[in-house]
Amino acid sequence: MRSIQLSQAWRFPALALLAFLLAGCGEVPWNNPYRGADETSTTLYSSFADRPKHLDPARSYSADEYAFLAQIYEPPLQYHFLLRPYRLVPLTAREVPEPRYFDADGQALPADAPAESIHRSDYLIRILPGIRYQPHPAFAKGDDGSYRYHDLTPRDLGDVNRLADFAQTGTREMCAEDYVHQIKRLAAPWSHSPIAGVMQKHIVGFRELADRLEAAPEADPLRRVERLRKATIEGVEALDRYSYRISVKGKYPQFAYWLAMPFFAPMPWEADVFYAQPGLRERNIMLDWYPVGTGPFMLGENNPNLRMVLERNPNFRAEPYPSEGMPGDASSGILADAGRAMPFIDRAVYGLEKENIPRWNKFLQGYYDSSGISSDAFDQAVQIDSEGNPILTDSMRDRGISLLTSIEPSVFYMGFNMLDPVVGGNSERARLLRRAISIAVDFEEFISIFTNGRGLVAQGPIPPGIFGHREGEAGINPFVFEWVDGRAVRRGLDEARVLMEQAGYPGGRDQTTGRALSINYEAVATGPDDRARLSWIRKQFAKLGIELVIRSTDYNRFQEKVRNGTGQVFMWGWNADYPDPENFLFLLYGPNGKVEHQGENAANYSNPEFDRLFNEMRFMDDGPERQAAIDRMVEIARIDAPWIWGFNPKAFSLHHQWMYNANPNQMANNTLKYRRIDPDLRRQLRHDWNQPVLWPLWVLAGLLLLLVLPALWLARRRERSTAL
Amino acid sequence: MTAYIIRRLLYAIPILIGVNLITFVLFFVVNSPDDMARMHLGEKRVTEEAIQTWKEEQGYARPLLYNPDASGLRRLTETIFFDKSVRLFVFDFGSSDNGRDIGYDISQRMWPSLAIAVPVLMVGLAFNISYALFIIFFRATYLDLGSVVLLVAMMSISGLFYIIGGQFILSKLFHLVPISGYDTGVEAWKFLILPVIVGVIGGIGSGTRWYRTLFLEEISKDYVRTARAKGLSERRVLFRHVLQNALIPILTGVVVVLPLLFMGSLITESFFGIPGLGSYTIDAINGQDFAIVRSMVFLGAVLYIVGLILTDISYTLVDPRVRLQ
Repeated sequence: MRSIQLSQAWRFPALALLAFLLAGCGEVPWNNPYRGADETSTTLYSSFADRPKHLDPARSYSADEYAFLAQIYEPPLQYHFLLRPYRLVPLTAREVPEPRYFDADGQALPADAPAESIHRSDYLIRILPGIRYQPHPAFAKGDDGSYRYHDLTPRDLGDVNRLADFAQTGTREMCAEDYVHQIKRLAAPWSHSPIAGVMQKHIVGFRELADRLEAAPEADPLRRVERLRKATIEGVEALDRYSYRISVKGKYPQFAYWLAMPFFAPMPWEADVFYAQPGLRERNIMLDWYPVGTGPFMLGENNPNLRMVLERNPNFRAEPYPSEGMPGDASSGILADAGRAMPFIDRAVYGLEKENIPRWNKFLQGYYDSSGISSDAFDQAVQIDSEGNPILTDSMRDRGISLLTSIEPSVFYMGFNMLDPVVGGNSERARLLRRAISIAVDFEEFISIFTNGRGLVAQGPIPPGIFGHREGEAGINPFVFEWVDGRAVRRGLDEARVLMEQAGYPGGRDQTTGRALSINYEAVATGPDDRARLSWIRKQFAKLGIELVIRSTDYNRFQEKVRNGTGQVFMWGWNADYPDPENFLFLLYGPNGKVEHQGENAANYSNPEFDRLFNEMRFMDDGPERQAAIDRMVEIARIDAPWIWGFNPKAFSLHHQWMYNANPNQMANNTLKYRRIDPDLRRQLRHDWNQPVLWPLWVLAGLLLLLVLPALWLARRRERSTAL
Repeated sequence: MTAYIIRRLLYAIPILIGVNLITFVLFFVVNSPDDMARMHLGEKRVTEEAIQTWKEEQGYARPLLYNPDASGLRRLTETIFFDKSVRLFVFDFGSSDNGRDIGYDISQRMWPSLAIAVPVLMVGLAFNISYALFIIFFRATYLDLGSVVLLVAMMSISGLFYIIGGQFILSKLFHLVPISGYDTGVEAWKFLILPVIVGVIGGIGSGTRWYRTLFLEEISKDYVRTARAKGLSERRVLFRHVLQNALIPILTGVVVVLPLLFMGSLITESFFGIPGLGSYTIDAINGQDFAIVRSMVFLGAVLYIVGLILTDISYTLVDPRVRLQ
């Protein structure tokens, strides 16, 4: 009886072990984190580190969220996938709209009319017919033609916990009114759109609508939607089913770029009504969580604590892969799919990976199709060749992995607070001090130590790839670099010390008081890496005898200091909204000062000539005249040196050989539709790379036996031994 | 016993109010409602107007603890603290500042945490007790000495080392289990093997040493000597007498952590990609989501109080001499 009970007790673990061992004989590697059925599907696997906070296109404004959102929502325009410099092309629009200008009397003006004469610019956007929304319960209709789920009762919601719990879905054709509705949503105070403030300055009637909605607050979400539907906005109007007009105050050439962002994607009123119903928000069923779009993908699973799954939108039109590229694109094979209907994959699974180590190892095992490179893994993946170029290591090449690099449209800079009496201001003394420090802070070394060489030293506020940036000798900052043997070389410390002397700080001491010059550096420091970085920054200032006082704090207090202008020196960055020099130069535009105007000019820099040129340049079309204005602005900024120009980060990404059409595009977020994978090759290589190694299990079992058996023997012997 | 439990539950109310107050003060010392608004609205192009609207909509436009503009009791009730705290006492956690239902999120995330924590606790308990009894059996021998050295060494190694080492050996080198991830239903089992093994091994050092100490203390007592004098085998002495009498301190340690198993482990869940509750609070602190922070701290405090009450009750079950009054 006892033996029977024992065998029953051991039956389950024995069966489990048997199943585990037999699994090794199957097709799926043991360490495969996905279900076996996924192996042959055209599913792209990737990861994300931070859960998206918002998926409502009116609210979302971060790259993490755009990774999903841009595949689902379709604004009228997009960036060309291959052409550089970055170029706007139609997405749902028939063509990129050309603005029509009008004076204060409403008379049409020619395209080259001076900016000051333009009172209003009209953008007429004509959209393609036949674009349909993804299947969604908001569109489901009953037999009588009424919306099936627009009048939900608590009883209807009894078993509903997810959007997928609604049995019926429907769709409809997207129309111009949906774009108008979304722009009205941007103005609605309850949408909390981050660009509402900007759009108030530009879209005619936007502020008035926001004021009207705010003046009579409405708490009931359904009534809010009703009000919004009935509301009109002077500058935005649907002209017919397939065209709408946006009127912009004055001339604002950069407005077209906004039309390529999800903020301006269409929003069907049905979705707004559906999600506003009582009981859905309490079940976490809301627009911020379940998007409704016309894009190539729809959100199949939204579990940001585990994974996000994008699935092919069955109603997506056949958008062709671009057939035009840069020289060399044809030979590289990236135009091989030209003209073919996108998307090429059926699903994209994004797993939550908070830590670099598992993410990197899963990429090496073939379970992620692409990967970035963390600092820890950099030496394993990349080496620098004799010419200073990054190349893959042998182990990466052996796996057929490819490396793609591109300069990001971003800038990290060290800013001087221009309101500070020591480092700021327009005096020659302060200017010389800033220039001396600019020479001393060696950002080439910073890039080498802290970013594994992934960056370019910035010579001015405009990164490479953006109109206005100049390459080569013409592009260097002559106050910090000189051109030697065909490359920019940082000026020597002796020159910096001379500047310090001229500024009244010989040897880093204030010649009037005799005291060492002490400058406060505002920093956000949270970890050991920060300590190394701060120590490095302190050493840079010490080269000139300046005592740098590091004032570490949390990000909230740091922002507060910058907002209030109480800091002296700080480091910050900017990632472009759109590829136009205006989006970088406005960071130095006086009326955009952080302290006085709550703008994005964190250094509070103000120079009347710079501001005047900015106001001219922002309205110009790209061309020699605009380039000349930018050159002069950059020169002024270099003379005044409100920033140490810092660096432009370089993005490195790795792709497995079964991944096609991975072309770095730093402006476009909707790149998933271009990706193509070879699932058979992936399955084969995954199997080859992940064969389970079983001998350690047998060795472990043997070791256990070797330990347990003698111990049992000893115990038995001890029990049987007689007492002394 | 009922009166005792009711009394303990009543004691819990001021404790929970205190915990809630401290959480509130600590949170708002670091983050102001304006900071929270900026975090939720994004860093770029946020206007003061948008911040005010967000605060009003989320209920953060009121004074923190005391409303001088109100009269009477409303000076205390028309505050953020009162507004955000009262519902917690009926376990209505409300919505996060992002609009998600916190109660639902907790109910979804606690199961993966439990799926790791329960096997780690059970297997670890069984292994550590067995190993401790084994050491006790060979006490004062080289096996004892060697084991103690091994245990101290295992205790001295960081838990992170076990995680990274486990991932490297079992997944990267031998390809036996997925390095990280999770799935629902029966597919979850292959993701649990590695974290459970790592959790058990990581706990052997401290766990076994603790139980060894308990057993050593017990084994020198008179009743053990009596049992031996009666001619009982050492095995029977250990398993029937020493183990049973050492159960009280073992229970103290185990029962008190039982409710906290729901809360998960930050590092384990983070490295293994387990969608549990471990990172919920930390993510909320980083995201300045006060609604989640206060709910999780409150829940943690409640679970800890429940754990202590359960411990007291379990005393009466394992030791008939103990009576709760």
